[in-house]
Amino acid sequence: MIDEEKIFLLKNMLRVRRMEELCAELYTREKIRGFLHLYIGEEAVATGVLSLVDPVDNVMATYREHAHALLKGISAKSIMAEMFGRVDGCSGGRGGSMHLYSREKRFFGGNAIVASGIPQAVGLALAAQRLRESRKTICFFGEGAIAEGVFYESLNMASLWKIPLLFCCENNLYAMGTGLVRSQAQTDLIKKATIHNISAETVNGMDVLEVVAKTKKALEYISNEKKPYFLEFKTYRFRPHSMFDPDLYREKSELEVWKKHCPIDSFSSSLLSTQIISEDSLKNLKIEIENEMQEAIVFAEKSLEESVNELERHVYLQAGI
Amino acid sequence: MKMSYREALRWSIREALKNDSRVFLVGEDVGAYGGSYAVSKDFLKEFGQEKILDAPLSELGFTGIGIGAALGGLRPIIEIMTVNFSLLALDQIINSAAFLCHMSGGQFSVPVVIRMTTGGGRQLAAQHSNSWEGWLAHVPGVKILTPGTVIDAKFMLQYALEDPNPVLIFEHALLLNHVQEIDENFQGTSPFKAMVLKEGRSLTLATYGGMLPRSLEAVSILEQKGKSIELIDLRCLRPLDEESILTSVKKTHRLLIVDEGWRSGSFAAEISARVMEKIFYELDAPVQRLCRREVPIPYAAQLERAAIPQTDDIVSKIQEMLR
Repeated sequence: MIDEEKIFLLKNMLRVRRMEELCAELYTREKIRGFLHLYIGEEAVATGVLSLVDPVDNVMATYREHAHALLKGISAKSIMAEMFGRVDGCSGGRGGSMHLYSREKRFFGGNAIVASGIPQAVGLALAAQRLRESRKTICFFGEGAIAEGVFYESLNMASLWKIPLLFCCENNLYAMGTGLVRSQAQTDLIKKATIHNISAETVNGMDVLEVVAKTKKALEYISNEKKPYFLEFKTYRFRPHSMFDPDLYREKSELEVWKKHCPIDSFSSSLLSTQIISEDSLKNLKIEIENEMQEAIVFAEKSLEESVNELERHVYLQAGI
Repeated sequence: MKMSYREALRWSIREALKNDSRVFLVGEDVGAYGGSYAVSKDFLKEFGQEKILDAPLSELGFTGIGIGAALGGLRPIIEIMTVNFSLLALDQIINSAAFLCHMSGGQFSVPVVIRMTTGGGRQLAAQHSNSWEGWLAHVPGVKILTPGTVIDAKFMLQYALEDPNPVLIFEHALLLNHVQEIDENFQGTSPFKAMVLKEGRSLTLATYGGMLPRSLEAVSILEQKGKSIELIDLRCLRPLDEESILTSVKKTHRLLIVDEGWRSGSFAAEISARVMEKIFYELDAPVQRLCRREVPIPYAAQLERAAIPQTDDIVSKIQEMLR
């Protein structure tokens, strides 16, 4: 990988981290309401995977999807406006934090029912296959989704019908407050894929280069074999499940251990020590990111609130569109 | 020409598969078995595995796959073998198919058609005799079609496939062998409007789906006794063609609704409420409802019969209202 690509990965992780930090701040200032699920700690996964995704590709994500939306090309401005519930939001203010969408960017949400995006991603991939379109389909979900029946239904059909797509399981060890060991009799998640004859691999989700390398391999497999593939990313969220979560179910010491593996700290130190990036350039990068995010907040603040007279719009799409 | 409701459904799916390369049929036993109700018999041979997709018993999964395929540019016809199994697919139908257009600020819609066999009356007991169409009509974002005639069985699918929104079609199991004389040249009419099947003066009977033939029968019996009843086939429960109902009741001043769903929280209650809200002073008598009795459908024939409105019940209810 060339140096520019590494800097690009670092930059995207920093963009996600900064956006999420500001979201938390804006939440406490009551600018953002509802549920807010932050991705802090998990940045390497979306950053690495989506660095290999093109604009024509399909991406399906969960309610913890700000990073995925941003990295699929939705602007920070329209994401922030969505969180503010304004008309310029990427879902027109109808969706909020958990329902970011973009038809143009082929970002399909934003699913707040755990695992509900999984069969839909299989369907998107099936459509691409049938229409002979050369687009990849990437489906993100947490390890909590593995407890849902529809996960098994979807993997079975994807494998049975040889539908090429990439399943990306972001295993952050906790489904809200219930640890994996307390919810699954079989905690080796690879086996959840291989029982359906889907090849799978575990990835250190705190190491962005490993994420890129293994995702690349997985995408090559999918393209050559015309079959699904499953990646389990071992990762950890540094923040509680949502802004309402008092975080009573895990030890502080556990969090501290994982923080030592912060995907951003480790990667930036490595780029600094190998002189791929200088202290000055890193500083400038952070300024650039700060500007992007502050502009997004200003944009969101200025964006209009939709008139309540428009309330019943968008329930149905008019025929002919 | 004479055609059965089953032949009409079969014709409509076959036409859709022939005319639009984006259309495919997915569901349990739609292929090798030929469809649980023989609606898609021999389709697998004619159209192949890409178009006729036998799904495992995973209602939630294959409904979600259908929704995704629709988002991806295809036009899936999802067959849920019976309405009873649709409960397993409700999350995808409601939380995704129905809501996606709104949640995304009008960017995405889900052009799927979900067909399912509905209704009781065949001694299949509680778990196989539900009528969920009224219940699903509660949800904004879906359209609910309830073909009660052969002509609607023949043409509703085509309109549903042309619609950019999710359309649920409830096909009544008791109607499958129902044969009607139809005009071969007729091209169908928008299914989103109610239809006055019989004009009358003294009372409006509004109904749909499986209750339609027995309502028609009741109306003819009463006609022979000199009563003039107007019969409205609702055809579509959402969006509801309220105007047609109001127009009729303004003429007859009496309304009976026959609905196969349970009385409490029924679709019949919705119609009754709208009539009271909008044209209360046009009524000469309280609106009445004939619904499924408040019991899970029993197996024993006489009990099942008593639980679901029959022709006799409709006749006596109307006689009581006109007394």
